[in-house]
Amino acid sequence: MRDLSLHLMDIVQNSIDAKASKISILICADKKSDLLEIEVKDNGIGMDSDFLKEVVNPFTTTRDTRRVGLGIPLLKASAKRASGDLEITSEKLVGTTVKASFKISHIDRLPLGNLAQTMESLIVARPDIEYDLTLDNKKERFIFNSFEIKRRIGEVPLTHFEVLKWIGEYVNDGVKTIFGGILDEILG
Amino acid sequence: MKSLAELEEIRKRTLDQINLRTSNHDIRVVVGMATCGIAAGARPVMNAFVEELNKRNLTNVAVTMTGCIGMCKLEPIVEVIDKDGSKVTYVKMTPEKVARVVAEHIVNGRVCTEYTIAEADK
Repeated sequence: MRDLSLHLMDIVQNSIDAKASKISILICADKKSDLLEIEVKDNGIGMDSDFLKEVVNPFTTTRDTRRVGLGIPLLKASAKRASGDLEITSEKLVGTTVKASFKISHIDRLPLGNLAQTMESLIVARPDIEYDLTLDNKKERFIFNSFEIKRRIGEVPLTHFEVLKWIGEYVNDGVKTIFGGILDEILG
Repeated sequence: MKSLAELEEIRKRTLDQINLRTSNHDIRVVVGMATCGIAAGARPVMNAFVEELNKRNLTNVAVTMTGCIGMCKLEPIVEVIDKDGSKVTYVKMTPEKVARVVAEHIVNGRVCTEYTIAEADK
């Protein structure tokens, strides 16, 4: 994966496959501790402890087209490469939380990438899911909730082009405000 | 900074168009969005479809996604499924190819044969 927003898209896909109706994404960058954390939390069907133990193994997958699953192993590799780690907790019928960490200043830390496009694509694909996105730099927070937008636009669908465009720009603004000057790739 | 108040304007502005629309989708565009698809560039392809369809004001087309279609080396893969269920599979898609698929296949009904999976197999 070229950047973190693509990893995020991929990990959220797992939540969608797990029949989640609400997916919360938290991206927290703390300049002081030089730590970037990305957390995806869903209310999907969860995993039992046996599957959870094996889930970082590339030969563990639920898909039926082939017997490898690389989403989680690739994210783990990207985190490890930047002195970070991956942590997954899950409870059957309750949900799953995937948390990846990265050392911000590490030379191999992937850039954040186009987070706005990830959010737009997820909403186009599954507007019925409630997406919650929080960007945090330990001083300020930016919060986006797709159902809050839905309430405001009433009968206009979330997937209407003008609404999507607005969402993209809104998220982009959030990224710049919160991570500008903290993640080097983002200009404030 | 974008403000939530702008949504109210968008709502007012778009409401009239919404009423004119039928919710019938004649054509479905399905983009493969598993790890393989995303790594190969499926996200900008999906975005290009949304943008291109809006540019041409095509409201009878639904853009959705699916998991791994099973031919990871040919990703990004896009299926265009028309009203009677017949399916054309495009492979190794790019945003540039999307513009052509929308103009030729979706608008004019002529399949872009050179981008299809049948052509990739040769």
